[in-house]
Amino acid sequence: MKAQKNRTKNEFLYFAWRNKKLRIGIFILLFFILLAIVGPYLTPYDPWAYVGPPASGPSQKFWFGTTMFGQDVFSQFVHGLRPVFLVGAFGGGLATLIGTVIGFIAGYRGGWIDEILNTLTNVVLVIPTLALLLILAAYLGVRSFFIQAVFIGCTAWPWTARAVRAQTMSLKAREFVDLARISGMRATKIILTEIAPNMLSYLVMVFILQFGGAILNAATLDFIGLGPTRGISLGLMMQIALLWGALPLGMWWWFIPPGLTIALLVGALYITNVGLDEVFNPKLRGI
Amino acid sequence: MLELDRVTKIFRLGIFGRKSLKAVDQVSFRVNHGQVVALIGESGSGKTTIGKMILRLLPATSGTILFEGRDIAKFHGRALKEYYRQVQGVFQDPFSSYNPIFKVDRIFNIVQKEFFPKVSAQKWRERQEEALCAVGLTPEEVLGKYPHQLSGGQLQRLLIARALLLEIRLLVADEIISMLDASTRVDVLNLLADLKNAQGLSVLFITHDLALAHYVSDEALILYRGNIVESGDIAKVFGSPLHPYTQMLLLSVPRLDQKWEDVEIKLQAQSAPLGKGCVYYHRCFVQEKEKICANEKPGLLEVENGHFVACHRFRETKKEVRYATGETRGTSTS
Repeated sequence: MKAQKNRTKNEFLYFAWRNKKLRIGIFILLFFILLAIVGPYLTPYDPWAYVGPPASGPSQKFWFGTTMFGQDVFSQFVHGLRPVFLVGAFGGGLATLIGTVIGFIAGYRGGWIDEILNTLTNVVLVIPTLALLLILAAYLGVRSFFIQAVFIGCTAWPWTARAVRAQTMSLKAREFVDLARISGMRATKIILTEIAPNMLSYLVMVFILQFGGAILNAATLDFIGLGPTRGISLGLMMQIALLWGALPLGMWWWFIPPGLTIALLVGALYITNVGLDEVFNPKLRGI
Repeated sequence: MLELDRVTKIFRLGIFGRKSLKAVDQVSFRVNHGQVVALIGESGSGKTTIGKMILRLLPATSGTILFEGRDIAKFHGRALKEYYRQVQGVFQDPFSSYNPIFKVDRIFNIVQKEFFPKVSAQKWRERQEEALCAVGLTPEEVLGKYPHQLSGGQLQRLLIARALLLEIRLLVADEIISMLDASTRVDVLNLLADLKNAQGLSVLFITHDLALAHYVSDEALILYRGNIVESGDIAKVFGSPLHPYTQMLLLSVPRLDQKWEDVEIKLQAQSAPLGKGCVYYHRCFVQEKEKICANEKPGLLEVENGHFVACHRFRETKKEVRYATGETRGTSTS
């Protein structure tokens, strides 16, 4: 019994390790997570303090150079990494949670509850998310990373809800759900202990995609100037750089690190997702 | 014990539910204490739907299902659980009756958690082993395995053992034999017969197999497109079938001493639209089909004592009944 379970677990790890996409994706993610954690301790400078000569390129003292005002770009960069992960995890997590709960209820209950939830999902799906975020962000004078994450979470869930609903409906038709019902199990318990475990791998992948989507959304908002009013993030760095003409002045060290990092992070998340898909689904392993 | 009164199930099809399918049409019958009732019909006749409605897995569109005189649609919470303690089902497909990612023991653990939380683990294991032995399984061979490691027959018997762990009084057995191989079929059937004799278990035996139905049942209900066309004492229904559909069914049982060409079945008429007439009108082989057959739906008529048929050819009998089976037949309507 135990050997059997160990074997399936080892098999999973074996294929996970053999998968190059998964390895690359996880390596990039881990690197930036580590940088976000230890980065602020590597630099002696405050991200907002005027510490050096303005607009100077990378040097030994200032690894990523300085801004127009003599602020250390590396210091801003490592401090700006943290909110990226926080907004990604929280916003993506919230979107996954709302989407899964609505999908489960709609798919399991069916009938008029399904009709209502499905209509709601479709309405939120067709509202242009960015336009909504713009309006909401413009109305709030003081904005924090937390508010931003909540906004993103509340608008990004519809596709998850639709996918989870479809999967729930198909699992619900299986007889083990009927058997659980005639065992007197309550609906919530059936969803959590019979249906959800069958789509766990899918839910993990949904979270990863939502995580990447939230990072991208947050960067977009930051870049157009509707990001948090306090603090620093990669998106805000890019916005400030653009605002002070880093592009025409050729100050590449100001805007390339944050832009490239966002691209790398989102790319790594998508690669991880594809890799996980191959690990979970033997048909895609391509051996 | 169990009483179905004019139970109807209509499924809505299509995006806006514009089309509808009448899967079960005004079906009334009773299952008495210690009685095995066979519900016989071809695929699509609504027999599984009836089973699911009895198990409260589907709501009836109209009509009532009474268990011990109480409407099961009104059971909620504790009352529903109490109902499931007494009424259980075993489904058609044993492979999809198990959650593929868990071990088979899970179905027993759920029963313990939901119904017997106070029974000690030791005592529960004993009971479990007892139930497994009763269905002819060796506990060590099946416990701790994943569903894909066991055969359909083993899985099916595990499901029966699961039902035995509860103090059931009615078992809805939906095609439970079809997945078993010939040698174990008789064992399971005998097990049902033993339970019926020893504990007074009632069984609703849903099947398409006439020989099996004949072997275990006391009463038979012949279902065609959601309607009971013939019913009554098993010996009478099988001995002297009256409805043309029953006669055709009995003719189409493959026989070792008969060639297949002798039996001709017209299947295409099965999808013919249902008019206001007899459900069997399009397939009926009776030569002198009458005008009334196309225009009026026949009710159940008691042709002889305990033998009912829904066919206009017997309308001179004049004794229409509502319940297709069951001893108390005081409800003759005309």
